[in-house]
Parts: sequence; C-alpha cells; structure tokens
Amino acid sequence: MASVTLLSTKGLSRSFGGIRAVENVDFELPEGQIRALIGPNGAGKSTFVGLLCGRIAASSGSVRFMDRDISHLPAHRRIALGMAYTFQITSVFARLSLYENVALAARRSIGSDRASVDREVASALERVGLTERTDQPAEDLSYGHQRLLEIAMGIAQHPKLLILDEPTQGLADSEIRQFNALVRELNAEATILLIEHNMDVVMEIADAITVLNFGEVLAEGPPEEIRQNRAVQAAYLGTG
Amino acid sequence: MRPEAKSLALHLGLLALLVIAQFVVSPFHHGNLSRIMVLAVFAIGYNVLFGYVGLLSLGHALFFSAGMYGMGLAMQHLGVSALAAIAVGVFSAFVLSAVVGAVALRTTGVAFMIVTLMLAQAGYLAILYFGAYTRGDEGFVIQPEFRTIAGLDLTDPTVRYFAAFFVLAACLLLTLRLVHSSFGRVLVAIRENEERARMLGYDVFRHKLIAVIISGTLSGAAGAVYGLLFGYVGATFATVQYSILPLLWVLLGGAGTVIGPFIGTLFMFYLIDFSSGLTSAYMVVAGVVLVLLTLFAPQGLAGEVKRRLLPWLP
Ligand SMILES: Nc1ncnc2c1ncn2[C@@H]1O[C@H](COP(=O)(O)OP(=O)(O)OP(=O)(O)O)[C@@H](O)[C@H]1O
Ligand SMILES: [Mg+2]
Repeated sequence: MASVTLLSTKGLSRSFGGIRAVENVDFELPEGQIRALIGPNGAGKSTFVGLLCGRIAASSGSVRFMDRDISHLPAHRRIALGMAYTFQITSVFARLSLYENVALAARRSIGSDRASVDREVASALERVGLTERTDQPAEDLSYGHQRLLEIAMGIAQHPKLLILDEPTQGLADSEIRQFNALVRELNAEATILLIEHNMDVVMEIADAITVLNFGEVLAEGPPEEIRQNRAVQAAYLGTG
Repeated sequence: MRPEAKSLALHLGLLALLVIAQFVVSPFHHGNLSRIMVLAVFAIGYNVLFGYVGLLSLGHALFFSAGMYGMGLAMQHLGVSALAAIAVGVFSAFVLSAVVGAVALRTTGVAFMIVTLMLAQAGYLAILYFGAYTRGDEGFVIQPEFRTIAGLDLTDPTVRYFAAFFVLAACLLLTLRLVHSSFGRVLVAIRENEERARMLGYDVFRHKLIAVIISGTLSGAAGAVYGLLFGYVGATFATVQYSILPLLWVLLGGAGTVIGPFIGTLFMFYLIDFSSGLTSAYMVVAGVVLVLLTLFAPQGLAGEVKRRLLPWLP
C-alpha cells in the first residue's frame, strides 16, 4: 500500500540540563495510521510529542508536517495547521462548562457561527458520551471523564493528526472498550498518535508501534513483531 | 430568555436608572455621578485586562493620563476643538498601550506588574520633565469657553451628566459585546488556562496584546473625557495612586463582570465620601470596609451576585 507521510522528524533532540529526554529521533508517520508510542516511564514519550506540536522547543532536529518544515513555527501555528493535542496531565478549562470547553476548540477552525458551533459541540460530546453534562463546569467531572472531555476537544478541531497522551488513564474497563471503538471511528478522519501504557489497548488498536527508551527509538513495527522483540521485552515488557 | 438577552436587559436597566437619576438626585449627587460615570469607564477599561485576561497591571494611570494630556495639550498648544482633542487623547493612549503591551507582555505575573509600574512611573516623570508644556505638578485648567462640543456647553451640569452618561453607555455596551464575542471568550480561556488556549491553536500573545490595547484605549478615553468635562489636567492623575484605584474599583465591584467596575467605582466613591464625613481618618474606615469586603465577598459585589444568584452574568 503506497502511503503518504503525514509527519516526520529528522534528528529530533531535546535535553533538559544533562538529561537527554529525546535523542536524535528519526520518525515517520504515514497518513491514516493509528500509531502507538510506548516505552517505560521517563522514556521521553511526552517530550517527543511536545516537540512535534511545538509545546516544547527542540534542542536540534527538524519536524515536517504535511510536506512542510514546521520546525520554526510556534505551537499555535502548528495546531492551526491541523494537529490536536491532549495533555497527559488533564488540562481543561476547569471553571468553564463542558460546552464552552469544546466550543473553544471548535471555534478556532469553524468560526463563531453559533449554530455550527452548537452542532459541533453536541456531536463531539455525544461521541465521548458526555452529552448529559454539557452545562456543568469541567471541574465537576471525574479525572477519567475530564480525559474524555479532552478528547472531545480534540475531535471538535477536526485535526489531521490527533495526539493523545495516555488517554485511558483513569477510565474504567467498560469505558476503555468504548474508547477503543471511538479511536477506530476517529481514525476514519484523522491519523492518530497515541501514547499508551495499557498494552491491551495498544495491541488491539495500533496499526504500528514505536518504542522509545532513554529518548531513543528502540524498535518500530507492527504489534506482533514488537511483542516478539527481545530488546523491547527486556526494556519494557519485562518478562513479555 | 437567553443569557445574552438577560444580560443586555440588565445593563440597559442600569443605564435607564442613570437617566432617571439625572432628574431626581440632588445637585451634589448629580455632580458625583458625573464623575463616577467617567471613572467607571476607566475601571471598565482596566477590567478588560484584569478581569477577563487575568493580567494585573500597576500602570494604568499611564493610559488614563495619556488620554488626559493628549486631550489637554492638543487643546492648549494646538488650539484644536474639544472633540478633536478627545480624539488626540484617545489616539495617544492607543499608541502608548500598543507599545507598553509589546514590551510588558514579554513578562508574566509579578514581573508584568513591575514593568507596567515602571513604565507608568516613567510617564509620570516625563510629565514633570516637560513642565514647560505640561506645567508640571500644578497642571493646567481648560478654560470654560473651550469646553464645548457641537455647541453644547460641557460646563453645564446637565450637559456634563449626559456627556458622561453617553461615554459610559457606549463603553458598557461595547464591553458587553466584547465579552460575548468569540474574541472575548478566548480572553477568558487564556485567563483560565493559558497553556490550553495556546494548544487549541490560539495566538495567546496576539490576543493579550489586543486586550492591552482595548484596555489602555478605554482608560485613555476616560482620562480625556474626565479632563475635558471637569476642566483640569494634572500630574496627580499619572501617579501610582491612579493605577491602584481602578484595581480597587474592579476588585470591589467584581472582576470579570461587565457591571462590576461601575458598581465598584460607585461604592468606593461614596465609601470615601461617607467616611470622610465621619472622621478625618477616613482612609481607616474605608480600609476596614475594604478588608471586610475582601474577606466576605472576595469576588467583589457583582461577583458575589453572579456566584449566588445570577450565574449568567457576563
Ligand atoms: N520540563 C522538564 N524539565 C526537566 N526535565 C524534564 C522535563 N520534562 C521532562 N523531563 C525529563 O525528561 C525525561 C523524559 O520525560 P517524559 O515526560 O518525556 O517521559 P515519558 O516517556 O512521557 O514518561 P511517562 O510515561 O512517565 O509519562 C524524564 O527523565 C523527565 O524527568
Ligand atoms: Mg509522559
């Protein structure tokens, strides 16, 4: 299958003081894929996606998105090009209603027309199952539900690339099943880059997996291959 | 009613009350209300930045006095008409706020407070330094014969009242419009969670800069109108006291509410007026009331009403 590369990096690095959080990463993400990014705690996963969307400045290296070098664009411009990002540590507008949280996400791309914003918000909240709570402040939601709200904010942006940093943290098993289904649905519209510790989720929905360890790419490939990989087992899956 | 409609009705109601007040209150209160309405415009301008973006400036006297001196100097030295002088004042504040914003917004938090404070202090010193034109500390009076717009005599209490009313009404409706706009909602988003707003693709710096400009320009409009209506331009209006006052008015009235700044200005004006009737240590009385209010109504007067009764209050 001939595939178009949506996003790629060359020699992407970032160190914090002496810590090399991300080290010389070459990465390619074909359009339409669900890619999982895994690795032990502190492997540099969050830093890596932060470098992609510009939240964190790179020490060196470059990022290309949709055939264009975006290395020098500030975060908001990268987002405007079609990336959406959800934070590992939930970051919603706590005192604003769910409606307003999602509306803020929607308006940036579709403008302020009230009817279309209403429609967009209703549909995004419906997809994550939070319709009933539309008018409540976000701070009233449980942690897991705040993560779903973040995903709704991602959906409402209609991104080309949706970056999810540990979205299933705090979700119940039944909610995780719904989440898997949701990600597959979203994949019809968007390429998905998913950081995930829950290996069941990864194995079930990822088309391909990239493993980071000490800031470097340790392995990359389809789920089965990664499961068999010795180095990955040693570094990450423990006994395998 | 939709929230927008309710809030429009409420604010129009307030304006209607102010029209009625013109005909019923005593000359003393009448004069006070004229001042309060213009100062409330200053507070409304301050609130755009403090209440909606969450940026605490300690330098808004700079914008108020830029408007006042822009107006006054244009009349005094260029001999322009009152209306043109107001325009000069507003434009001065506009330019100055763009410059101050571009500089001060490179900092956040306490540093932002200090930078705005220093810049305003520089403005104050500039007024003193150019004493040949500004008459330094003393300031200067704008002669009554020049205080007319379109044949209306602004020294006449009724005309003055309605001039102040007109400016307040325009600002109030403008900010109402602003906070309901998608631009205004992004400002609130920045106040609530700047990083999140940025990661939704909003240009945070640009939004803040525009907010500083709106805030500074409104403050400058208040300064220009105040100088013209009350006939005096002086350096006291550029001192730090006039940077703190709008902060107090907004805190008392309710930061982040459209009506709060007016309520706060009204309340504080009469609080000082009332307590100075009681004792010469009137600032102590005023101080105690302010402390009590911050303890028991930390959101300010309108803020408490919003929290308890009217959650739709913009
Ligand atoms: N802002 C920062 N300042 C200093 N060090 C940082 C910073 N952010 C990350 N690090 C360090 O960089 C390394 C990579 O962190 P990162 O958060 O990217 O890991 P991660 O793979 O997302 O881990 P986790 O699975 O725990 O979320 C860690 O050693 C971390 O301590
Ligand atoms: Mg992480």
